[in-house]
Amino acid sequence: MADAKAQIIGQIRRALKRDALPPEKTAELSARLATHHRNLIPDRVARDHEALVELFVEMAGAANATITRLDKLSDVPGAVATLLAQENLPAQIVASPALQDLPWDDRPVLTVRFDRAQGSDAVSVTPAFAAIAETGTLMLVSGPDTPSTLNFLPDSHVVVVKSSDVVGPYEDALDRMRARNAGMPRTINFVTGPSRTGDIEQTIQLGAHGPRRLHILLVEGDG
Amino acid sequence: MLATSHAFKANAHDALHDRVLQRALLNLKSGFQDKRAQTVARLPEWEALRERGREIKNHTLAHLDFYLEAYAAKVEAQGGVVHWARTGADMRDIVLEICRSVGARTVTKGKSMIAEEVALNEFLEEKGIAPIETDLGEYIIQLRHEPPSHIIAPAVHLTKEQVADSFREHHTMLDAARSLVEPRELLDEARAELREKFLAADVGITGANFLVAETGSSIIVTNEGNGDLTQLLPRIHIVLASLEKIVPTLEDATSILRLLARSATGQEFSAYTTISTGPKRPGDRDGPEQYHVVLLDNGRSNMVGTEFQDMLRCIRCGACMNHCPVYSAVGGHAYGWVYPGPMGAVLTPTLVGIEEAGHLPNASTFCGRCEAVCPMKIPLPKMMRHWRERQFERHLTPNAARYGLAVWGFFARRPALYHLAARAGAWLLGTLGRRRGRFASLPLASGWTNTRDMPAPQGATFHALWAARRRAPGR
Repeated sequence: MADAKAQIIGQIRRALKRDALPPEKTAELSARLATHHRNLIPDRVARDHEALVELFVEMAGAANATITRLDKLSDVPGAVATLLAQENLPAQIVASPALQDLPWDDRPVLTVRFDRAQGSDAVSVTPAFAAIAETGTLMLVSGPDTPSTLNFLPDSHVVVVKSSDVVGPYEDALDRMRARNAGMPRTINFVTGPSRTGDIEQTIQLGAHGPRRLHILLVEGDG
Repeated sequence: MLATSHAFKANAHDALHDRVLQRALLNLKSGFQDKRAQTVARLPEWEALRERGREIKNHTLAHLDFYLEAYAAKVEAQGGVVHWARTGADMRDIVLEICRSVGARTVTKGKSMIAEEVALNEFLEEKGIAPIETDLGEYIIQLRHEPPSHIIAPAVHLTKEQVADSFREHHTMLDAARSLVEPRELLDEARAELREKFLAADVGITGANFLVAETGSSIIVTNEGNGDLTQLLPRIHIVLASLEKIVPTLEDATSILRLLARSATGQEFSAYTTISTGPKRPGDRDGPEQYHVVLLDNGRSNMVGTEFQDMLRCIRCGACMNHCPVYSAVGGHAYGWVYPGPMGAVLTPTLVGIEEAGHLPNASTFCGRCEAVCPMKIPLPKMMRHWRERQFERHLTPNAARYGLAVWGFFARRPALYHLAARAGAWLLGTLGRRRGRFASLPLASGWTNTRDMPAPQGATFHALWAARRRAPGR
């Protein structure tokens, strides 16, 4: 195996007509890796935060996500219960352990399990790490309290987004992730609308293998 | 998969007379071309982003050794394993060894062109391991034992009736009375069938759209969510990627991601873009216990530093084939191997040899649309010309074409004789065809006149007109 690596790297260097790079060059390239230099950022995200939130709502809607706006985090359990009733779904959900502190007890009819998803789960509720206005994209980060299966196995995926977590471009969301100082998470899911396919006669169908419905609860305040 | 690119002319001929295929190919324009044009029009920075994408990849390729080593070190620092495969056979053996290490019986697969390139499915089946394609298009063609006809829409050559027939044949539990007329019904049937497979698989294999040197991550871009279920649920995740997938930083990846979905499907962003870094962490409730990356060379390192290096910028969006008049007419199977369309016409001869694939660089009208829509600004027509030159140098061009070129070359080097012959020829054809104004058949030109008339020349030759214009007063 080490042999194959040496042969491939050797062949690349022969093709580039040089040996291993000199130390000053590798230092320069290592610096390029460490500085997270941004390339071109589209102008559409050059606006104030309030306008970014509006852009996020517009773009996520265009990608077939549905959106409900809430005043405060404690409204989430009620909004979830309403959503289940509207969609005729059973009052049984699986949620990220990270959302355990919400006042779920206000809704005693709702059965909530805090864990990863199983194949039989119909509805999941998860928090978003950030929301990217540029394309209406959610950034979901894996961790012990935010298992990634919740984002893919259930038919309906409900995502809680704090409006203070809405950013302009992907790069702003990456900077927030790096600012955690927790290294790279195992999985980062950028999610833009529900699952879809165009594989049969180029006709777009929602709900291929992932969720058929993506519902965003956009919360203004923290309370 | 065994290449049949040498038979391109016969394949293309059959494809043109295949009515069902021709009906399926009509979907290309509304499905891909129009949507791309609309999304690109909404992004004023498009041309600048293309230029930036080109620069990022050129910089990476010039320092490919450094970035690959930096990437591999990062993967390993986070508990992943990197395997280096010089050939397709090496890659197949590495995958088999990993599968056997956990006694795997079934393997789910996200869409991977690299897996197609090294013919992984056939190999695993031979060794008693069942590979299950989970991308809807790949799943359909796996049932039909067909190769993909498009790099992002593998079943674009099929109609919904053909898909329904395949499901009825293979889904033995399927109720005969159940309707499978609409795409929605077909999708629901496949979703239910595959859900079981996702949950039961021992190993999940995906491709990679990018490898990130900064973080040691692999990135997949999908719409169905099948790639994510493939890599999340089994105990082992294997990433198959070729060397040129590497980019330096996450910011370089996001920059090129702005080009990818818009070029491929005309979406602002694909439904799922997933960055994976190493295996399950302490405390994680899901995710794979092992994370392996198999890096494939398979001739790519030989392209570095040659006139074909630009091809290594390709991000496999499929825009070139979606906009190609030849691909639109004959579909992907005629190209006879894994990569069709203009990118395939350049890449296939590099990977399977010019002797096998010499026809493909000729499958072009040189209209230039492929280069105009390529998000990475790859000069595809120029590289097809390079291949034609090599084909000529190696005496692989058919004799008729060689003699034709020799005759043309003789006259082209003698301008006075050329002008005389052109005048005489034009006069002769003009006189013979004066009555009808066109020819239904002409000696040595049956390739043209079999399907359409040749107009009879009128008036002076181009050279004569040009000379007259330059002499005209007032110019």
